[in-house]
Amino acid sequence: MRICLWGLLVVALGFAWSITAAEHNPRTERISGSAGDVLEDDPVGKLKVYVYELPSKYNKKILQKDPRCLSHMFAAEIYMHRFLLSSPVRTLNPQEADWFYTPIYATCDLTPTGLPLPFKSPRMVRSAIQLISSSWPYWNRTEGADHFFVVPHDFGACFHYQEEKAIERGILPLLRRATLVQTFGQRNHVCLNEGSITIPPYAPPQKIQARHIPPETPRSISVYFRGLFYDVNNDPEGGYYARGARAAVWENFKNNPLFDISTDHPTTYYEDMQRAIFCLCPLGWAPWSPRLVEAVVFGCIPVIIADDIVLPFADAIPWEEIGVFVAEEDVPKLDTILTSIPPEVILRKQRLLANPYMKRAMLFPQPALPGDAFHQILNGLARKLPHSKSVYLKPGEKILNWTAGPVGDLKPW
Amino acid sequence: MKLSALHQSYLSRRSNSFRSSGPLDSSSDGGYKSPAAVFWIILHCLCCLISLVLGFRFSRLVFFLLFSTSSSNLYTPPFRSAVELAKTLDVHSVLSTNSVANNFRLPFPNKTASNSRVVVGRHGIRIRPWPHPDPVEVMKAHRILERVQKEQRLQFGVKDPRTIIAVTPTYVRTFQALHLTGVMHSLMVVPYDLVWIVVEAGGVSNETASLIEKSGLKTIHVGINQRMPNSWDERHKLESIMRLHALRIVREKKLDGIVMFADDSNMHSMELFDEIQNVKWFGAVSVGILATSANIDESSDRKEEEENPRMPIQGPACNASNMLAGWHTFNTLPFAGKSAVNIDDRLTVLPRKLEWSGFVLNSRLLWKDGEDKPDWIKDIDMLDGDVESPLGLITDPSVVEPLGSCGRQVLLWWLRVEARADSKFPPRWIIDPPLDITVPSKRTPWPDTPPELPVKEKPEMGIQEPIVKHTTKTRTSRSKHRSKRKHETRTDTQVSTKHSEQN
Repeated sequence: MRICLWGLLVVALGFAWSITAAEHNPRTERISGSAGDVLEDDPVGKLKVYVYELPSKYNKKILQKDPRCLSHMFAAEIYMHRFLLSSPVRTLNPQEADWFYTPIYATCDLTPTGLPLPFKSPRMVRSAIQLISSSWPYWNRTEGADHFFVVPHDFGACFHYQEEKAIERGILPLLRRATLVQTFGQRNHVCLNEGSITIPPYAPPQKIQARHIPPETPRSISVYFRGLFYDVNNDPEGGYYARGARAAVWENFKNNPLFDISTDHPTTYYEDMQRAIFCLCPLGWAPWSPRLVEAVVFGCIPVIIADDIVLPFADAIPWEEIGVFVAEEDVPKLDTILTSIPPEVILRKQRLLANPYMKRAMLFPQPALPGDAFHQILNGLARKLPHSKSVYLKPGEKILNWTAGPVGDLKPW
Repeated sequence: MKLSALHQSYLSRRSNSFRSSGPLDSSSDGGYKSPAAVFWIILHCLCCLISLVLGFRFSRLVFFLLFSTSSSNLYTPPFRSAVELAKTLDVHSVLSTNSVANNFRLPFPNKTASNSRVVVGRHGIRIRPWPHPDPVEVMKAHRILERVQKEQRLQFGVKDPRTIIAVTPTYVRTFQALHLTGVMHSLMVVPYDLVWIVVEAGGVSNETASLIEKSGLKTIHVGINQRMPNSWDERHKLESIMRLHALRIVREKKLDGIVMFADDSNMHSMELFDEIQNVKWFGAVSVGILATSANIDESSDRKEEEENPRMPIQGPACNASNMLAGWHTFNTLPFAGKSAVNIDDRLTVLPRKLEWSGFVLNSRLLWKDGEDKPDWIKDIDMLDGDVESPLGLITDPSVVEPLGSCGRQVLLWWLRVEARADSKFPPRWIIDPPLDITVPSKRTPWPDTPPELPVKEKPEMGIQEPIVKHTTKTRTSRSKHRSKRKHETRTDTQVSTKHSEQN
């Protein structure tokens, strides 16, 4: 009888403890995406990554030539390399590795204004793959299916900034079996392979942390956007840039006082975002943009105007619940769409955005913090394990065509 | 680089759209050229040549005219060929007839998996017929903003905000509308619950009542039967009596909250209302005094104004450990003999030593039976005479809490500006009935005004002639637009043109 009572007491206490432990902070909400509550997962112990030792002409020398690569939005490839070198998931024994990483900085050939030129990248990647396939046996074992590459450029491994050219080229033939970690994501597009991991573009964390304003500053801007609507240099007639969506936003809402949109470059850009409820993230020449990262970090609900876009870590982050998706053809009705969202839904989205894990998952802090974008990439890789049997080729079997692609790519680098 | 892209894209789009495959197929077959593609290349070259000759992009015009299916003038649809449009229309009709799940794969004629509607190429810019804001939606957006800000205040602002009880002594005079409206608007924007006690000298009047009604706040409007005297000293005394009267009302009605003194001539910042929520029993804030005139002697032997040498501040003074050490008061010495005594004097009006508006108190101090009321508060009913400042209400001045980061933040400003005692103003500032006699001003070239000098003074016209000519010209051009008194203007201008013709 007494033991019964004690047992009941223990059970009741345990119940009460679990309730309090699972109680949400009223300001934030847990994020649970389609892969489960994986934002807070720790990949250490779930996978092992082997980092190839490439000669420095593929990475360090390129960086030395142009240190601007460390702060532009494609810098993820460099920081991923640095993170992996000192991460606990790294293994020095390639026999026990699940994934192989090739540290090649393909997006670091910059114009004087800072835009990366992708023309030499295919040759560079090809030469790197030739090197690793001849010096180590692991490439030929699977023809790259257990290798991953970070290709953060505009259209990923299609290596061109212009969409039609990129589609024509397609993904570099040698990378067709590898897992690509890229910023570009669009459904039913040649440049997005099945099983690629989409990541956010790099945003410098120090700059972002330095610009926080007090959270009690009331959000008084309804819709905020700063950027180009017409790209007069490359598309003077309009209709080509952003598939006409940005121009449509301008033409429909330039007179609307609720929309604070302009092509200015204000110094208070980050502060203004923290005072806005909705931040527009329309596509540009490519569907992704750093605005998404900035909006998430500053608690502004992203309004994504890009048909069929695949957002970063889409299986871990429930973007539908956090952001607002507007089809490009619905842009003229954008104000109706945004004002018809019930306030409770807006408050819920803001709570989800206020979750610190959500903000961290979009950033690449140095040194790395648990739950940041580096760890989300590793989580994504870990979720693809164990490799299926089809990954391993029989000896002598060849699937990739080493001579495919435009003739210019076959030249040595 | 991207300039030539347009030509390239043009070519590839042409060839893409006319291949039997969809627009997004991965063209891994680089060297293959269908006859259709060759045909289009030739056509493209032809169009380029014609464009060179004509000087504009001939080819686009032709294709636009041939293939556009625009339904409205403003809307240009995505630029696709008729074949493609037909295909997509079929697709849409198929989709609508079978209501299926999202992963329904369409049997496209070729095996490319391009079910996406996203097409690379030139798209029309969609503009709706009336691209202006809709007022209903603007109101909805404002509701959303309000709700979000309320949530922000709940999360980050003051926890458990208390009601604010604002006490304002006032009386009917010319500048009452000016001052009272300012205070009223400030109080209307305060995000907390508010009770406004307005005490009026000379009894309750319709003037004040109609002003206060517009606020929409919870108001208590009382009057006392004395009229406001003319000298500033007496005024200050009467105001103190009025404020005590209001405090008695707080005690009677047992209002719960924070009492602050919102004099109608003061200017309040919104941070003041956030800051006074932090008061426990009796607090003091810094008041900026805007009474300085230009003749102030800027000698530096004023200890009080070290932080702000230009604007004198009244309020609590703290020592290094942020404890109340004393008071900053207004230095009246520079004004000795030069300050206003009566309301009509055109000299600076000085504040008293410590203004009432710089103090806030917890309304429970005023209640008769407060359980945990501190003992340093005097009972109001015992006070009868003039209490110069709220410090007269307490026995021990050291218990006052300094607010606004120990008096460093100036949260409200004091200024007294009044019109002459005998100045007249229309009741309720409404001109009723409307004025019907308009006396023309002598300097505006009003069409109804006859010219100043009559005909008989001709010789003097010589000097004024050039001026008169200009004005008549403008008058003739303007008189056509002023339709009211056409006949007079015409005769006027006729008279004046006669003058100009004569000379």
